[in-house]
Amino acid sequence: MRRMPQNRRLERRIRTFALGCLLPVVILASWEYLGYKGIVNRSILPRPSVIWACFVDMIASGRLKKHLLVSASRVVKGFALGGGAGLIFGILCGLSKLWNDLLSSLIGILRPIPMIAWIPILILLLGIDEGSKISLIAIGSFWPVLLNTSRGIRGIDKKLLEVGIMLEKSRFQMLTKVILPAAFPFTFTGIRLGVGNAWSCVVTAEAIAAATGIGYVIMYARELLQPDVLLVGVLSIGFVGLMLDVVLMWIEKRVLRWNEPNE
Amino acid sequence: MNKSVDILGVSKVFPLESGELQVLRRNDFHVESGEFVSIVGRSGCGKSTLLRIIAGLDVATTGEVRIGGRKVERPSVLTGLIFQESRLFPWLTVEQNIEFGLHRRVEKKQREKAVKRHVELVGLDGFERAFPRQLSGGMQQRVSIARALINQPNVLLLDEPFGALDALTRIHMQNEVLRIWEVERSTMVLVTHDVDEAIFLSDRILVLSDRPGGIKKVISVNVSRPRDRSGVRFMEIRREIYTEFFEAASMSIEYYV
Ligand SMILES: Nc1ncnc2c1ncn2[C@@H]1O[C@H](COP(=O)(O)OP(=O)(O)OP(=O)(O)O)[C@@H](O)[C@H]1O
Ligand SMILES: [Mg+2]
Repeated sequence: MRRMPQNRRLERRIRTFALGCLLPVVILASWEYLGYKGIVNRSILPRPSVIWACFVDMIASGRLKKHLLVSASRVVKGFALGGGAGLIFGILCGLSKLWNDLLSSLIGILRPIPMIAWIPILILLLGIDEGSKISLIAIGSFWPVLLNTSRGIRGIDKKLLEVGIMLEKSRFQMLTKVILPAAFPFTFTGIRLGVGNAWSCVVTAEAIAAATGIGYVIMYARELLQPDVLLVGVLSIGFVGLMLDVVLMWIEKRVLRWNEPNE
Repeated sequence: MNKSVDILGVSKVFPLESGELQVLRRNDFHVESGEFVSIVGRSGCGKSTLLRIIAGLDVATTGEVRIGGRKVERPSVLTGLIFQESRLFPWLTVEQNIEFGLHRRVEKKQREKAVKRHVELVGLDGFERAFPRQLSGGMQQRVSIARALINQPNVLLLDEPFGALDALTRIHMQNEVLRIWEVERSTMVLVTHDVDEAIFLSDRILVLSDRPGGIKKVISVNVSRPRDRSGVRFMEIRREIYTEFFEAASMSIEYYV
């Protein structure tokens, strides 16, 4: 008897998965067919089977892995910087009105600047190598972590603070045991958005000026007129982005177990 | 140790956009060290506000509170407050929430023992690792009671702590509070809506008037414990308190008609 709902849940999962796959499969099949018939220009848009072959080839030669790893290491460095700074300033802005007032106009001006506009400035300031790319990623991941953390802290339930005050907790304990845990769901949203930003920033930076990385692969393939390589690059960016979000969601589910609705 | 509570000319006015709201008017009262006092009064008459002032969470507009002869200026771990809502930390388990109440640098072994004892005390064995969202309202309230008791405060302020409990659990918790009170000899100030609860537990009952809350009547419950909830004196006191309430009600009705 107890297995019944479980079976049904599995069934529902399979159904959701199948439905999600349906449209891509239809698109791929018709694409393959149209390409095969020559209705779509093969030298501009290669068939899925050709892209797949190219993908297998790029994996076998280690090229895809090499460039993805380069991009990934940039993301890790950039996010560590930007996310870390975002966390620190987010806590400051959340806790202190003074800091919040000090920084709010600066944030207001800098935040709307699109990532692409930062690139010339950063290249001018930091040169064309790693520094400018990592800074761009840092900027992209800074904002969401900053804003969500400070919002989470400012929105804390005062009633919970009073519990700590009644028990004469020290300021440090209040911060680590009450304020930060309460803000954590917000911070985590910031982290997820920040990682997503970081990943798209790395591609932007590499596409403009780099000799390695997945963004470089794309731009280089465009110059060499290799649409299959280009498409493998583009699709792997999407895929890695998806995986990052899946992993983060999994972590969130673990860490924020207390925050979940009852199953 | 002197655990008396002195309420000296305490009044409270909240500034509102539409003017001022007087919640408490000059109140004077002395709670003996180790005494059990209950406060009853209509909703919104300022009972929680009075407790918060005694606890040092709110500042009186005029007057002051003294505990053990010393003026209350800020909250202290020696004064426990059980809030009207359970106010648990949703990210901590039952155990961890109760442990949060422990203030001193108590040794790990002792901490564990104290937590275990208090989990049992409020009858939550088996739920140590549960998160608040997995508990019923009454269970949550019991965790918050345990969190306040674990410190063994000199003065324990209870703001309708049993409001969310069913009749049986409520009676069980009342007995527990009495037992703890008899062991610890702490001073208890209990706010309640339940007149029977007040009579069952307290040495004296304060009846507050409608807002602005002032002490309208003080009733001594000279009945030896354990008390019989259907005893003659019990019934008399209950009638006395209800009369206070209904008098006020009919007066206000006349006033508005
Ligand atoms: N911080 C505040 N600012 C303004 N008004 C307040 C504040 N706190 C309480 N009040 C007002 O003071 C009055 C008394 O509130 P209080 O919470 O003390 O009532 P109570 O007697 O505990 O009521 P209940 O039995 O419903 O809990 C209410 O009218 C409330 O609106
Ligand atoms: Mg109240």
